[in-house]
This record gives sequence, C-alpha cells and structure tokens, in this order.
Amino acid sequence: MSERLEVDVAIVGGGLAGCSSALHLRRRDGAKPAVCLMEKGALGSQASGVNFGGVRQQGRDFAELPLAIRSRSIWSRLPELVGADCEFVASGHIKLARSEADVDELERYAEGAADRGLRLEMIGAGRIRDEYPWLGKNVRGASLAPEDGHANPRLVAPAFGRAARAAGADVREHTRVVEAARDGDRFTVRCAGGLEVSARFLVNAAGAWAGAIAAGFGERVPISTHAPNMLVTEPLPPLVTRSIGVCGGDVYLRQAARGNVVFGGGGEAWCDLALERSRPLTDLSARTIPKAIDIVPRLASALVIRSWSGIEGMMPDHLPVIGFSRTTPNLVHAFGFSGHGFQLGPVIGMIVDELIRDGASKSPLEPFDIGRFAAERRQLASADTNGG
Amino acid sequence: MVRLVDRDRPSIAFMLDGAAATAQEGDTILTAVLTARDRLAEANGIDGPRAGFCQMGACQECWVIADGRPVRACGTLLAAGMRVTTDRHAARG
Amino acid sequence: MAEPRIVVVGAGPAGIRAAEVLATHRLPLVLVDEAPKGGGQIYRRAPDAFRRPYAARYGFEADKAQALHDAIDRLAGRIDYRPSTLVWNVFDRHLDTVSDGRTGRIAFDVLVLATGAMDRVLPIPGWTLPGVYTLGGAQIALKSQGCAVGKRVVFAGTGPLLYLVAYQYAKAGASVAAVLDTSPAATKRRALAGLAASSGTLAKGLYYWAWLAARRIAVEEGVTDIGIVGDEAVRAVRYRRDATEKSIPCDAVGMGFGLKSETQLADLAGCEFSFDPPSRQWLPERNADGESSVPGVYVAGDGAGIGGADAAELWGERIGLAVAARCGRAPDAARIAAIDRGLASLARFRAAIDRAFPVPPPETWSDRDATILCRCESIRIGEAKAAVRDFALVEMNRLKAVTRIGMGRCQGRMCGLAAAELLARDTGQPLAAVGRLRGQPPVKPMPIPWTTEA
Repeated sequence: MSERLEVDVAIVGGGLAGCSSALHLRRRDGAKPAVCLMEKGALGSQASGVNFGGVRQQGRDFAELPLAIRSRSIWSRLPELVGADCEFVASGHIKLARSEADVDELERYAEGAADRGLRLEMIGAGRIRDEYPWLGKNVRGASLAPEDGHANPRLVAPAFGRAARAAGADVREHTRVVEAARDGDRFTVRCAGGLEVSARFLVNAAGAWAGAIAAGFGERVPISTHAPNMLVTEPLPPLVTRSIGVCGGDVYLRQAARGNVVFGGGGEAWCDLALERSRPLTDLSARTIPKAIDIVPRLASALVIRSWSGIEGMMPDHLPVIGFSRTTPNLVHAFGFSGHGFQLGPVIGMIVDELIRDGASKSPLEPFDIGRFAAERRQLASADTNGG
Repeated sequence: MVRLVDRDRPSIAFMLDGAAATAQEGDTILTAVLTARDRLAEANGIDGPRAGFCQMGACQECWVIADGRPVRACGTLLAAGMRVTTDRHAARG
Repeated sequence: MAEPRIVVVGAGPAGIRAAEVLATHRLPLVLVDEAPKGGGQIYRRAPDAFRRPYAARYGFEADKAQALHDAIDRLAGRIDYRPSTLVWNVFDRHLDTVSDGRTGRIAFDVLVLATGAMDRVLPIPGWTLPGVYTLGGAQIALKSQGCAVGKRVVFAGTGPLLYLVAYQYAKAGASVAAVLDTSPAATKRRALAGLAASSGTLAKGLYYWAWLAARRIAVEEGVTDIGIVGDEAVRAVRYRRDATEKSIPCDAVGMGFGLKSETQLADLAGCEFSFDPPSRQWLPERNADGESSVPGVYVAGDGAGIGGADAAELWGERIGLAVAARCGRAPDAARIAAIDRGLASLARFRAAIDRAFPVPPPETWSDRDATILCRCESIRIGEAKAAVRDFALVEMNRLKAVTRIGMGRCQGRMCGLAAAELLARDTGQPLAAVGRLRGQPPVKPMPIPWTTEA
C-alpha cells in the first residue's frame, strides 16, 4: 500500500530530538512548515526512553553549557508546551566527591561553569553531614546545581510527539525509513510499508541509527553505540532529595516521585544495533549496586525489581552532532548525544527550527559541527568496510 | 489463617515485630504471622495492608525482614528464634 | 566431544520427568528449582514436620504425587540438583541464580524451561483486602501448611480448581460458605461432550461437585458481579445470580479463573511468542519436540501453555527424549508416538475445559472504576481507562509507561492479562493487537547487594 506525502520538513527519528524538532517547527510564529516525522518503533523507545532521567546542566562539557542553559528554561515550561510536567522536578543535582582530588575537580569545573553562566555551589564535608545525613561516609563534598533535577524519560518524548501531532505534525510510529536521498532540490524518504515523503528539508534525528542516514549523504561519522545499565528499586520512603552523580561518573542515582530509586552506571551493557536489542549485564549491575549503597547506605536491603538497557548513539568526543550537513544543503543533523541528550532535547528542537528557518541558530553550534569528523570520514570511506 | 490439620507440630518461639510470639515447626513465616493476626503489614504510605495472596512466590506481596534479610514470607520456613519484622520500610535505617 | 551442558529449570511434573529421562540416558544435567522440595505446585510437598498421609493431602492424585516425589528423591543423589535456587535471568547461554542470598551463574548449551503456571486473576472489588487469596494460594495453605485461609471461606471464580479446592477444604474440615462459579451450568453441559475424552478427570470433577452438594455447601453457577466486602479485612462476598443480589458472610476468599503460564524466563531466553486465542495469552512457540524458536531452548509443561499436570509429565518426558536424541542417543520412536497421542488426547480435554469454564470477559468487571487493577502500584481501573483515553494508548508497554501498570514488584504477573483485556476492549482492538508486557531481569525482586558465591 503506497502513500505519498509532500511536506516542508521530514524528520527521521522519533526520539526526543526528533519530537522536539517536530513540535518547535509547528509552533513557529507565522507560516508553519508541514512536518512529517517517521519513527521505526514507538516514540521515545530508545535512548530517549531508557536513560537515567537526569535533567542536568552540571558536569557537561563546557561546549554544551549554552545549549543546556537554554534548554533548562524550556523544562520549566513543559506543562504549557506539551501539556504535562513529565514528572520533572527541579530537585537540584549534586555531584559527589569521594576524594580530595574529586573536590579539586569539582571546584575547577565550578569556576569554569560560573564563567559560562552556570552557578554551582560547593558543599563541604560539614554541610554534607548536616544536610545530607543519608549520604555515605565516603562522600567528602559535593557540587550542587540547584536548578538541575530529573524527570521521567518514558514520558517526555511521547509527550513532545503528542503535542507535535496536536500542533499539526504528521507523526508516524512503526514507520521505518529504508532510504533517504537527495531528489533534485528536495529529499525523498522511503519507508517500509510504502510511505514516501518528499521534503525540502531533512532532519537526521535517528539516534544510534543516524550514522546510516549520514552515510547515505556521503557523510560517514565514527558513531558507535552505548548501552546504559540501569536498575530500579521498589518504591521506598522519601530519602534521596537530590539527583546524584559522582566524579568519575561510575554511578548515578535519583529517587522518583513514586519512591523508586533509579540508578545506573559502570560501563557498557549489551546491545545489537542490527537486531535492535539490548540487555543489562549482571556483572555490571553487581558492580554498580555496591557503589549505589556506598553513597546511599540505606539502600541496603532494598529490592531491585527490574533492570534495563537501550541503544544510544555515541560519538568519540562525547559531543553530539548538531547542525547542517557538510555535503548536502538543507540536511540538518541532530544526533550522537552520547548518553546525555535528555536534558538537551527541548532546546534541540528549537535549534533545528532556527536552522531551517534562518539558516543559523542563536545557540553556538561550532563544537557540534559534523565537519569535525572530516579526517575520520575520509578514513571510513576509504576503508571499504560496512557500517556507519 | 486458621490451623486446620496437622496441628500438633512442635512449638517454635520467635520474635514478631519486637514482640515474643509462637508458631509451629514447619510453618512458613507467612503462616506464622497470619495465624497470629489478620495481616502481614499495615499500610505504610507505600503499600496498602497486605496479607499475602498467592502463597507461591508470584505476587511479591509478602516480603518481610527475617534476621536482617528481606525474604518472601510464603517461601521461607520459620526458624526458632527468628526475628521477623513486617514493616520493611520502617525497619530500614 | 563433551556432552552438552543441560539445565532444567523447575522441578514440577514437567521438570522432574525431563530430568528423569535425561538421567536414564546418562546425560549429565543440572536441575534447578526455586522450592526446597520438588513437586511443583499441584503436587507441592509439605515441610518435614507435616504428617498427613498422601491420601489425605492429595486425594485422588495421591498415587501420582507419590510417584513424582519418589522420582525426584531418586534423582536427587544422581544429578546436580539445586533446590531453593531461583533463576532470575537468562542471557547469552547462561542463567543467573540466587540461593540463600548468594548469586550464581549456570552455563547451558541446552535449556529446558519448566516454569509452570499460576492462577489467572481478575480485578474484582475488594480483592486486595487481607483474607483474599488465589485458589492456588488457598490450596497451598492447606496442602503444605495445614491451614485454611479463614474460618469461613468463599471460593469464587471458575475452572476445575475452584471445585477441587472447595472440596479439599470441606473434606479437611474447613467451613466452606459457598462456591461461586461464573460459568453457567449450560456452558459446562455443552462442553461436557468433549470432556469424555478424559473421563477419569471428568468423573473426579463431578464427584467433587456432588460431594459439595451432598453436604449442602452452596454451589452457585453463572454468577456475576462478584465483589468482596470489608473495610480492612474480608467480611462478606456479594454477587448476583440471575436477577437476585446475594451476600455471603465470610472472612476469607479463594479466587481464580483458571491458570496462566509463567513465561518470563522464556521471554528473557529470546523465545518467539505468539498469541494463543483459546487461553487469551501470549505463549512461547514450541514445535512437536517442545523446542522453542531458540535452538537448544525447550519449553515444557504449563509454563508454555496450560495443559494440566498429566500433560506436563508427558511434555517433560517428551522433551527429555528429544534432548537425548539431540545428544546422540537412539530415539525411542514408539514412546514418542505414544506420548504424542497422549498429549493430543489431553489437549482435546483441555480445550473442552476452556469451553466449560470461560474466563469472564472484561465487560463483566471493567466498569468498576474504583477497583484496583494493578495491585503492586494501586492503580485503579478508572485511572487506566482515563489514561487510555487521554494519551490515545493502544499498546501494553506504552500503557505501562504512562500508568505504571506492570511496573511493580510482580512485573505484571497479577494484572498483566486483565490490563491487556481492558486496553483491547477500550480501544476496539483484538486482544492480540495490544501486545504484551516483557520480562525484565530480575524476574523476581532481589535484595541488594548481590553477593556472589564464595
């Protein structure tokens, strides 16, 4: 059964980046572009839905801070924007120091962050004991980002997708893109099941699968996958008042509104990009659990009730690819968030809208330019290997 | 629960939520508690009052602390001197 | 070449017979079981301190129970038997286990999953009150703990187990206030023609029914609108029969609407599932050898489709023979053919049972908005329906993400089937279209930390 659509903007990928793009494009003042979003599974079912749920400015590479700061103001407006708060709580985020070296690292970061408009507050050992008596004895100090927090990742991308639909975007789930190619001065996107979309602009928000899309336009990038290892406990009495990370990043932890403690860390779980499957790894979980107990001792004897993983796109410098294609006009990339795209999702759509409308974004995008992989692209193209 | 048959098994003493209690050899923790009172645990803001449901380790409604360890009451035999705490979340720290 | 590492999970009728066949063929195996003593649920053994003879505990099934227990007792010394060991994950040709608080790992080349079944339950008003148990739970309380679940018990639901447990309770001296069967008498009569295929079982069922009637224990058929009444514990059961509303004082209820397969490990093992219309459940696919879509993974007994204990024993033996043949032992074609005939006959009987005791459709319970649907998370039917509307939900996992149904400790064992029925009905979809909840490790909650074996 074939169906042909002509739109202004075709978006490949229904994670948060794609859904956010669809929404912002349709919320534009004045003439609104016709948008079709194609997602191979259910909206937000990959990285956007399986991540830790941290809504975090602190700890980011400084290149990301302008985007994160801009995104943070959108998180406050979620109910107005998408009709739901998605359980976003500005609980504050504390990054813990478990050594004096960690404390130094936090202080250095806080200075740099302050220069870039993110105010962080150092918390010494005394305050830790007084204000966070539930933190473990190995915690020497922390850096607090009072405006950071967490949300429910299972809800956010679908909420953006729903709002995009309500704003007139054609959002197609279970619609797998099999080919996206230039067609004169337009793009033709062909899907399994017969849908064909012709568009003036193409947004590559395909997450871990975005490399294949980019390669189709002669723009191979060294994207790999990351499978997070996540666990969650049964509901527990309120205990963990902030979202928590640590220097070293080997464990992160938060308590959801219902009381469940979500935590993760520790390296690579298992995923298979071709099979589109992922699994948490027992050994990893077994190593991460004591770290979680070390920072929140009262977790001992809690019941872990499930664990999961997912497939996230990872770039070698852990920075996303955001911006125009270097090979193809009107192709916008927004992928490779390397396991920390959740907080950025709301602003990504705004940036994509700006790029398409104005040819440029208010946010500084140079560090995310796909051109930074030019050397790798030549290597990959000449290596005669498969994959992307 | 009501003892119906095989009722004259040897008596076992144990601690139930800090109070001395007795049950019988061969009782699971669930049986021991529910022959003494009509529920396993009170509503605690997280769960409603529960008294077990499936007796076979499927429903996950009978978790208690026994000698410091969380166990399913329906699948754990009571041991003499066992300290059983039914409100696991109050028991924590 | 070394023998393949064979692991059997579950020491109920299916697992014990599979292990027995494998041991007879001198194939090394590991038999893992969550319970301290083998037997499964229907032939569940009581702790040592209990003295009731088999005839009293198992009734007409005493000989079968004895034979099965003798089999596992004989096996225990000859094989690597791991009781009191829960398998909580399957991945990459190994099992993750926990026993006495210590985690472990068992590698396999061939896996036989014999994980059995549990009661199918439906959300009825008051079903979360203390004093309400599943039919299986009420039976276990009597069989292996010598207890009745209350001083005055009502049994409600449908299925052969309803009559069996009521009979066992009354025979043991418990006070049975009533047996309430949602299946009308006419439905059972129509299905009786098919039940002649296994007339011994039919005779037993009729015997239980007659025995209860002779003792003037109220047996009501075709009941509707069952509700359990009480503030903090069971006080009564109300129901409707024809146009009349009735109420029965009681302090405990045993409820169940047939059985459903426990399939979480098959799911984690990567088995393909398909929707089985007669049982209204997704089940792992298996071929005539009992092998799933994953080479080397076999699914035996009620864990892959409800067939009853006799069928489970046959499946266990059948799979044992298939695995033996896989390992190069001479196949026993005659025995395999006999087993297949037995399974076919039992399947015809099972189909008649399903027709005689149909699961009440969602319209019989889905308008009770205040009733809890998800017991673990205390999500009510009304909340689920509102979410389906407000979020245009059409699929089970999205329902789970939005409402938290199935996100609790039991991973949807209690509410998953009912939630699917509700979703399908409210969205006008066939039941198969709404999908299913997926198993996630650990399949049962595990306290932390996870201490490995020394």
